[in-house]
Parts: sequence; C-alpha cells; structure tokens
Amino acid sequence: MKGILINSEFCTGCHSCEVACKKELGLVKGEFGIKLTETGPWKYDSGNQAGNWEWTWAPVLTKACDMCEERVARGKMPMCVQHCQAWCMYHGEVEDLVKKMDGKSRWILLTR
Amino acid sequence: MADYKEFLEGLDREAYHEGEFQWKEDGYTVTRTNHWSPPGCHNSCGVLLYTKDDKLERVEGDPLSPFVNGRLCVRCLTLDEATNNPTRIKYPMKRVGERGENKWERISWDEAFDTLEKKIREVWDEYGGNSILLIHGTGRNTGPMTYFGNCALKTPNIATYGFTGFACYLPRLFGSFAPIGDYHIVDASEGSESRYANPEFEPPGVIVVWGNEPLKSNADGYMGHWLVQCVQMGSKIISIDPQLTWWGARAEHFLQIRPGTDAALACAWLNVIINEELYDKDFVDCWCTGFEALAQAMQEYTPSWAEEVTGIPADDIIASARLYATTKPAAIQWGLAMDQQLSAMSLNLACCDLMAITGNLDVPGGNILIRNAYNATNLPLTEPVIPKEWREKKLTMKYTFGDDCEEFTTHAASDAVLKAMECDEPYPIRMCWIETSNTIANPAMDAPRVYEAMKRVPFVVNADPFITPISVACADMLLPVSMSPERNSCRTWWTPVRSISKACSFYEAKSDEEIMLDMGRRLNPEYFPWKDDIEMMDWLLTDCSLPDPDLFKEKSTNLSLESAKVNVTQFKLKHHELAERGGYAYDEWNSVYRKHEKGMCRPDGSIGFATLSGRVELVPAVYPIWGLNPTPYHIEPPESPLSTPELMKEYPLVLTTGARSWEFFHSENRQIPTMREMHGEPLVTINPKTAKHYGIGEGDYVWIENDHGRFRQKAKLSPVVNEQTISAEHGWWFPESDAEEPSLFGTFTANPNNCTKAFETGPSGVGTSIKCMICKIYPYKEGDVLPGEQVIKRGGFIKYTPGEGYPDYDEYKQNGYCYF
Ligand code: SF4
Ligand code: SF4
Ligand code: SF4
Repeated sequence: MKGILINSEFCTGCHSCEVACKKELGLVKGEFGIKLTETGPWKYDSGNQAGNWEWTWAPVLTKACDMCEERVARGKMPMCVQHCQAWCMYHGEVEDLVKKMDGKSRWILLTR
Repeated sequence: MADYKEFLEGLDREAYHEGEFQWKEDGYTVTRTNHWSPPGCHNSCGVLLYTKDDKLERVEGDPLSPFVNGRLCVRCLTLDEATNNPTRIKYPMKRVGERGENKWERISWDEAFDTLEKKIREVWDEYGGNSILLIHGTGRNTGPMTYFGNCALKTPNIATYGFTGFACYLPRLFGSFAPIGDYHIVDASEGSESRYANPEFEPPGVIVVWGNEPLKSNADGYMGHWLVQCVQMGSKIISIDPQLTWWGARAEHFLQIRPGTDAALACAWLNVIINEELYDKDFVDCWCTGFEALAQAMQEYTPSWAEEVTGIPADDIIASARLYATTKPAAIQWGLAMDQQLSAMSLNLACCDLMAITGNLDVPGGNILIRNAYNATNLPLTEPVIPKEWREKKLTMKYTFGDDCEEFTTHAASDAVLKAMECDEPYPIRMCWIETSNTIANPAMDAPRVYEAMKRVPFVVNADPFITPISVACADMLLPVSMSPERNSCRTWWTPVRSISKACSFYEAKSDEEIMLDMGRRLNPEYFPWKDDIEMMDWLLTDCSLPDPDLFKEKSTNLSLESAKVNVTQFKLKHHELAERGGYAYDEWNSVYRKHEKGMCRPDGSIGFATLSGRVELVPAVYPIWGLNPTPYHIEPPESPLSTPELMKEYPLVLTTGARSWEFFHSENRQIPTMREMHGEPLVTINPKTAKHYGIGEGDYVWIENDHGRFRQKAKLSPVVNEQTISAEHGWWFPESDAEEPSLFGTFTANPNNCTKAFETGPSGVGTSIKCMICKIYPYKEGDVLPGEQVIKRGGFIKYTPGEGYPDYDEYKQNGYCYF
C-alpha cells in the first residue's frame, strides 16, 4: 500500500500542497484533495512546555485524493509531495515510510 | 528531506526528461526554464511550463533544478491564472477620457512608439533628459532598467519612485560593501550545484532570522525554505521579530523586539560578545581593522540599556548573544526590516561586524560572500552615456536635504523627485515612464501626496500586465507587458546564471526587454544594436561591452559605477546554449569557502577582502565620506514610546507594516482567484486582549489612524503580536472594484501609506520608519468616509507645503493641518 508521510514538525503551512493538488485534480474554489490544518498559536502556561509556543500545521487527505496514481505510474512524485516547500512530505510504500518514523519528531502517515 | 542524497537517488530522472529543454507530453509542449516575475518574486525557481496552442496550461517545479528541486510556492503554482487572466492589457492603448476616468482606445505599437519618441525628443529639446523620470518596480530584470533609462531615455533619474530613504536592499548592500567589500548571504549550500550533498557544506549551528520572514518573502534571490532544510539538518533558531512566526515558535530564543529598535539590540549583542570575549580573536587579529574603536564605542550599549529600548529582557539579550557567538558556525538571515528604520546603515554595519568578529564570514554554514555567477552583470551602469549637462542634474539627496555626503547610489532619491514634481525645483518633471510599478498601491510612501504630485506630470506612459490604480490615476498611454513565461530573458543575480525562455504569448504584450530594445533603437541606436531580445540577452550574458568605452574613463566618486567599470563577465554560453543545458550554470567563485584566504576577493589576486584596506573594516573608512557615523548607533523612530511619550496618549499602539503573506508579492496577484480564495482581504493582526479593549472582534473592519491619515483593514486576532503592537498588510488594491476615481480600485482604502511620510529618512537620506510607526485603532462604522473619497474628493488628509517635509506634531495640530 502506498502512503504519504508528513513530518509535521517542519510543515510551514505554505499551502503549496493544497494548490498543487487543486491543479492536478482540477478542483474549484472551496474544494481540496489535501487540506491544511493549523494548531495554535498559543503559549503554554502549564505542563512540560510552559513558556514555549505551540504552532503546528499538518495536511489531511480528502476523499478526492487518488494518490496521484497516474503520475506515480510514470515515475513522478505526487503533485503535493513534489511541491512541498518544507520537504516534509514523503511518498512511497507504507512499510518503507514507517521506517522513517524515528520517534524524534511528530510524524503523520496518510493513506487511502 | 533531511537526507538530500536519498532524495536525489529516489528521483526518476527519465520521468522528468533529464537533459531535454523542450518535449511533448500528453498533447502539451513542456519547456524547462526558470520563472521570474511578473508575477512572483525575486527568486527565479526552476519550472516546467506546460503549454498548448501558445497558451500556458499548467506549471510544475523542476525537480532536476538544484535551486529548489521542484518545490514551488503558490505564486508559481497559480501562474496559469495570472498569465491567462482576462483582465490583462492586450494592446497598447491611449487615454481618451480625462485622467481618472479609465477610458482607453486601442492603438498600434507603431503609433505608441511614434508618440513616445516624439514626446521624449520634445522633452530633451526643451528641458533635457533629466526631466524624464523612469520608474520601475522590484523583482525580475529591473537591472536593465538602468540601461534603458541611461541609454535610451538619456535620463539620470531612475527610481522606485515614492520609496523614501532607498529603504529596500540598498542599505544592506552598501552596509555590507563598506565593511566587507562584498555582499553576503546565509550558507544553505546554494553556492554549489551539489547543494546539501556538497561534502564541504555544513548547516549553520544556529540561524538568526532577523527582520524578515524568509518563508513567505523569498526575498533578495534567497529561497526561504532552504533554511527549513537546514533546520531539518540540525540548525537551531534565534528569531528576532515583532511577530511570532514559524521561526519564533521553534526558536531557542524568540526576541519579540519593538519595531525600529533592532540597532539597539545589535549594539548590545556586540557589547556582550566583546566584553565577554566571545569573539574569534584569530579572525579579528588577522582579518579585521577597527576592533578597538568598535569595542570602545559599544561600551555604552549595555544589555540593560537595550532592554529599555527594545523591550527584550536583558537576560534574553545576553543568552541569545552567547548562543550566537559560541555556536560554530552561525549565520544571520537579515531582511527588509533592517532597511526600514532610521538606523538602517548602522544596523547593517553592526550585523556585518557581528558576523566578522565571531569568525562566521565565508565559512561553511556561516554568511558566505556572494557575487553574480561568472561576474555576469545585471547590466553595466551607463550613466556616463547621458550628456554631461543632464547627468549632473541627477536628483540626489543633496537637492532635498543639502547634505554634503557623497552620492553612493545609482538611483535618484525619491524625495528629491517628489520635490521636483511638486514645485518644479530644481526643474520640472515633464514625463514619467512607469515600467511595471504599481506606484500608489505599493512602493509610494505618503501615497496620497505622491498621487497628487504625479498628476502634475504632463505625460505619463505606463507599461504593465494590468491596468492598475496608477494607470487610471495618471497614465496617458498603456503598454501591455508580458508575463514571465512569455519572455526571453536571463537571470544573472547571484548564482546560478539562469535562462528564461519564452513558452507562450498573450495578444500584443511585449517583455520589458523588447520594449526597451524597440524604443532604444529609435532613440540611441548605437547602444541598441541587437536584432531581437535573444541577441540582447546573448550580449548581456557574454559580453556587456559598450560602443564608446572612452566615455567611462573619467573617474567618478560613485562606488557602484566604479565597481561596475572593472567588472568583466566571464560567462561564455549564449542564451539558447544555456537553455539547452538545463537553464542554469553554477560558477566556481561562489562555490568556494574562505575566498579571502585564497586571493579571490581582490582584483589584484592578493589575499584579503575587497575593501580599501584589504581587511574587514569593522569601522568602515567610507562611512564618514557618506556622511555616516562609522560605529553602530541607535536612532529612535521619529514617533515612538521613547521619542514622543506625549503623543502616545493619542496614538497608544505601535504600528508595523508590510509583513508578507504566502499569496502575494507586494501588490501583485490580487486578480488571481486562488489567491483571493485563500486571502480575500487585507488583514491587520491585533492581539486579542488589545482588540477586546478597543471593542474589536475577529473579522471586523478597523480604522488604523495616525497623525497623518488613516486606512481600513479587517481585524485578525492573534497572539503573534504583543498587546502594544499591531501589524498591517501592504500592497492592497481591489481589481474587482471600480477603476475610476474616486475608487481607483480602492487603492487608498487599505493603504498603510496613507500614514507614512515623505522626507523622513535616516542619516544621509537612507532608511525610513515605515515599519515602526504609532497609531490608534477603532471600529469602522457604516457611512465613514473612505480614504479614496478623502484623498481624491476632499483635499487629502493633511496640508503640506510643496517640496517640504512636515512640521512637528504640535505645530501641525495648531495650524489645522489635519482635515480628518
Ligand atoms: S497525492 Fe495527488 S491527489 Fe493526493 S493529495 Fe497529493 S496531489 Fe492531491
Ligand atoms: S506543502 Fe509541505 S510545508 Fe507546505 S503546507 Fe503542505 S505539507 Fe506543509
Ligand atoms: S519563490 Fe515562488 S514565486 Fe518566486 S520563483 Fe520561486 S516559486 Fe516562483
């Protein structure tokens, strides 16, 4: 099974994945194949992060995502992965992707 | 992608047509090239343009181009929406109604050029070439604009007009040339083709992100996300910014500085690093001059003094200075905010001094020295071509402020131009040639005043892809300009040298280069011998010699001109050869570290830096000649909690402006549906507590007002700014709204330049305070007079004396200077 692995530690919220995908799938205003989520910003007053800021982005796949099957079959990267500015997206076989999850940063594995 | 090698190994090069310049794919023609705006930015990323029937259909990043390896920001991903935009100008047009009515009639290029030639020759005969002003925007090939102005229009007056205090890039350039003799940028491996896999490269141990948000701005030829790769490879972060950003949220130290006080922080860092002896003694001994004088001058700038000024706790100043000085290597990513304060020239010097004394200059992962690859020029400076009598009338700062400093820029000073426009002193401006500058929507500080002044110019021609507010307000003729994928051009700024290849066309639009060539042929054919834009680019890339080099023998005091004279391009590939080998070429100079040790910086090949003394001049000899104090100092913003405490009662908040967003490059991209879907309106960021205090809710329209004018934006409540500071966006106009006056596409409605002031600069006319103003905020009410109405119908916000700056606040109010 193929999947997309995100290292949300480094996602900058640049929207390139969203727009690249809209272009690939021909989606109109308000529709997305991949959509960014934003958590924060807030400053922790409590817990182990007291005094630090939180601000994390991560994309979510929608029903419209077809994993860029056609592109991938031709040897290309999925549009979102190719254009990810922070280089925090990886595409591949799930079992290979899982090996990247090193327990050091916040990884998210997306499949469909 | 912490592992770059793995990325390269995983690439299916065949799928991306390695080695091919153009190919067919699914009925498209695909062209491998580089993008440069319009619309876009300063960068020129590698792209694959998919065209069909001479029309751009889609754009992808080119994974095989080492500059960005396929990554693109949303501005290039929506290039099709910009290029095929139905509101673009299709043909040359002349004005048929009154100025401000937006009524035009199609004309041919021949008629346009005939009229322009006639007008220009009339101005030459009656007033001299100096009475023509060439205005250009930023990004793309603005370099050739100097050639166009000097050689075709024969004017010394070229400007990003309206931009008081040369407040973009120039202070950083000269603030770096003076101490170091070269410019520097953060090493993110961009100097060599092998990039992050270069065995000599190591990422900065700590990156100081200072006065810019590199991820959104991608400014000055620098791709911000390179630094994210460095962070993935282990770089720590110090963020110096009035706003929390991606950087601040991940930083070891987020120093939330009061806008306009960065020089105070820089002085305090120098104080700590010198007094705690954290500097690199060997580097200072071997390669620097002026250390003692610097050390002495920095004694007064203690961390506790800086705490009072900057609002950053002294302990944080000390800890962050220690982290910067003791981490090897360390790099400072500086940006535009450096230039937009009164201490600009001091701040930039202080940053260079920091890099030098900590031994971080030109080391892997430090601030590397950078030049245009192969010494290719943006274009030779050609001021001597202008008849002497006209050349000597260049509108420098001397005309405005009477300073006796030496001129050190190639451009006219905006305020001197404003004075000439307003009161014909020292002579009138009779013609403006606006080559893609959306003047009143964007660069012009004191926009309402600049608008009034521009209306006094008898003839204005405006070349642009779109009809903009300035077109409607004062243009007499419009010329349609090509978008980036419609151009043959090249990119010689920093490294690598890149070609830009035409892949499609749009009605009768011509590129800046083509317009320049057609016009130049008529006005000064000797200097425009090329048959087309490609030949012209061949000359620019490989030759750059001029028909009459004797003109350049006379020695000038202008440093830019002098250094341009000795510059010889070593590039050998013609435009099509460069395109066919992939569109880029890296050079050796930029790929080498510690060039000063290898005799690579000085023209005679001796070791050292390219300064007069051969060393890094921590206290630069040339600063006093430019009228500047040679050791770093801090100047308070003209209106601020420390400089005008009384005034803070009326305007209690600090206003910073111009923070970038993903979607827009200055005033560009407001017509692009996807951009407006993501970012529909101008947003002013306000701390939720502040907003509550003033009765403002999320999404409310808010007035932002100072003693000079007001503008309206939508409130975005966020803790990224502190309670005393608000942050407003710039460059907004609304192509969807009425073009004709008093709307002018709503260009004054949301414009922070209703509040900025002409004639307010730092020493020697350099630097401004547009990122560090004060203001009050209050909710907009239905029926409030909109700024367009105020400016265009009701005489503006304030009275002023043509050609002069503003009196101080008390006088201003007493004499009823304010109309609103
Ligand atoms: S894999 Fe393709 S379809 Fe799926 S989100 Fe990415 S770009 Fe869209
Ligand atoms: S493209 Fe990459 S960095 Fe940008 S928002 Fe998407 S996942 Fe994040
Ligand atoms: S930074 Fe963005 S707009 Fe600029 S060239 Fe690169 S992708 Fe295009």
